[in-house]
Amino acid sequence: MPTDTLPNPGTSPERSTGELIRLEQVTKRFGDNTVLDHLDFSVDAGKHVTLIGPSGSGKTTILRLLMTLLKPDEGTITVDGQKLFPATEKERREVRKQIGMVFQQFNLFPNMSVLRNITEAPVTVLGMSKDEASERAKELLDMVGLADKCDARPAQLSGGQQQRVAIARALAMRPKVLLLDEVTSALDPELVAGVLDLLRDIARSTDITMLCVTHEMNFARDISDQVLMFDSGRVIESGAPEKIFSDPEHERTREFLSAVL
Amino acid sequence: MEWDWSAVSDFMPHFWDGLLVTLQILALGSVISFALGLVWALLMRTPSRWVRWPVGVVTEFIRNTPLLVQLFFLFYVLPEWGVQASALTTGVFAIGLHYSTYTMQVYRAGIEAVPVGQWEAATALNLPVHRTWIAVILPQAVRRVVPALGNYVIAMLKDTPMLMAITVLEMLGEAQLFARENFQFTEPLTVIGLAFIVLSYLASLFLRALERRLAH
Amino acid sequence: MTSGLWELVAKGVWTTVQLLVFSALLGAVVAFVVGTARTHQSRIVRFLAGLYTTVFRGTSALIMIFWIYFVLPLAFGWQLVPMWAGTLALGLTYGAYGAEVVRGAIAAVDPAQREGGIALSFTPWQRMRLILLPQALPEMIPPFSNLLVELLKGTALVSLMGMGDLAFSGNLVRLALQESAEIYTYILLIYFVLAFLLTRLMRGLEKKLKSGVGKAPTPAAEAVLKRPEATNAGGAV
Repeated sequence: MPTDTLPNPGTSPERSTGELIRLEQVTKRFGDNTVLDHLDFSVDAGKHVTLIGPSGSGKTTILRLLMTLLKPDEGTITVDGQKLFPATEKERREVRKQIGMVFQQFNLFPNMSVLRNITEAPVTVLGMSKDEASERAKELLDMVGLADKCDARPAQLSGGQQQRVAIARALAMRPKVLLLDEVTSALDPELVAGVLDLLRDIARSTDITMLCVTHEMNFARDISDQVLMFDSGRVIESGAPEKIFSDPEHERTREFLSAVL
Repeated sequence: MEWDWSAVSDFMPHFWDGLLVTLQILALGSVISFALGLVWALLMRTPSRWVRWPVGVVTEFIRNTPLLVQLFFLFYVLPEWGVQASALTTGVFAIGLHYSTYTMQVYRAGIEAVPVGQWEAATALNLPVHRTWIAVILPQAVRRVVPALGNYVIAMLKDTPMLMAITVLEMLGEAQLFARENFQFTEPLTVIGLAFIVLSYLASLFLRALERRLAH
Repeated sequence: MTSGLWELVAKGVWTTVQLLVFSALLGAVVAFVVGTARTHQSRIVRFLAGLYTTVFRGTSALIMIFWIYFVLPLAFGWQLVPMWAGTLALGLTYGAYGAEVVRGAIAAVDPAQREGGIALSFTPWQRMRLILLPQALPEMIPPFSNLLVELLKGTALVSLMGMGDLAFSGNLVRLALQESAEIYTYILLIYFVLAFLLTRLMRGLEKKLKSGVGKAPTPAAEAVLKRPEATNAGGAV
């Protein structure tokens, strides 16, 4: 798929530069288990950041906090200068419109056609006209290589196809931030490459800020500007992918990388 | 709205009489429905179509028609057939029979939920059919069916007022009698309405506790 | 039986069917309003909806009918025509059971679907209308079908208030003929046929709805143990 055919899914003219996401002193507990412990970190606009680390280290929790699927017990989260936590539900809803998410299990709506999965939110949430939304949805489907599946039901698609629809669905909202939560780990091995290639194209051709949790280290190396190594709810090391993958400073990072690479 | 506490206190002795009858109906009706339901469930598992088919049709018929009309049927038809029974006996039998067509489904599901491996093990051990049922299958099925049976007891409780239609003086019958004699409808009907809410709420709490104990 | 008596029975059938349709409609409204209210974010709304189901499932439908016939006019001065009093009593009571069906079916939708909705910035109401209800609806049909049969059986209760439904016409004919077995057998058979038609109708509806979400219809053997409250109007509180 040549890159120049990509519709520009995310750009809006007043795109801010500088810091886009900021977590300050964020703590999240599940019962007695503290998953995030007074975490601080920020992501600049347009950057592609990958979170790596052993499972249970809190990577997915961060994505779920940013998507407001979870609430932090302490701390503040800011997106593009607007508070996500603490904030009222109404304020949160406004901020949330700038954030899209692609899930491990796709989470497509089985009661809607592929096309309607993509158009529903632009129409009901953003107030886009149906024609315009379908037009864009078709462009996006074309981009993800599924132009012929408009009228199919999600259940009729393979896992890889479903995930590509889910990516198109998230992009249709023109988010500033795209959260990718282990998007290939539910896929059969032979379907992984197609989805990762698509994400590489999107990373290269748009200026969407991406926050990615993955176990695909090659993919992380390809797309990331920055890699954060998590352990026990803290960032223990961060840096450019070349640095982290070839010359990690922290002992735990070395252990982790030697286990997964 | 006029609320007359003296009417409430006048009604209370009748209320206790009615409550006693209601609980009697419930206890006896439950026993009948548990026993008869098991009979239906076992008959439905016999190899012969000539047993399964009539049992299936009759129970389906009873389950899908109103208990109230069944009460009328038994109350007026049994004497014509020369069977003399008190209204209470007729009512208890009718409600027990009606609910046995529900409990049979519970037993069936409970029996089907016992893993196939249990049947196979019993066969491998050469257990006779009745031992397979009594020692292996039913004990395992019972744990699974108790909560569902309990739900039907609560459902039966709420159907006991229908017996007033065939002159049984359970709670609603007592309330109606009192209301007609004293021209005071609000108090007795409200008292028994609340009594039913409290009774079924307590029963459901009890059932949930029982369910939790059985789960261990 | 003479043709005049059959005419009486036919009128009874018509009254029963009307009462069934009206109270089913009211019950459906109650079921969806109360059932979705039980999943509301506001604790007060959830509590009130829970209280409603506890009270209306806790009491007996017959007592509710008596109460609406006798107490409501005395206490509040509302004298309802019998058809509406019966509709109100049955709709409110069976609607409470229906609310449990609705709540259960919504709760059974994969939580990931809700998260998908949040990620696309849908409001709670949009999530309910566009994602949760369309997926929950086909799952509600089998328990609703059982509930409708229970409601049909429940309509017979209004005969005790002197309303001329099918059961009442049976009593009248019995008085005229002094022949109980025959007339009650007919009456029971008519109820059975009505119940059969209802079940058929609902099965067709289920098939149609399930094809709409890309699923095969549930096999007839329902998990009785898992949904005891749905197989009978009088499940647990």
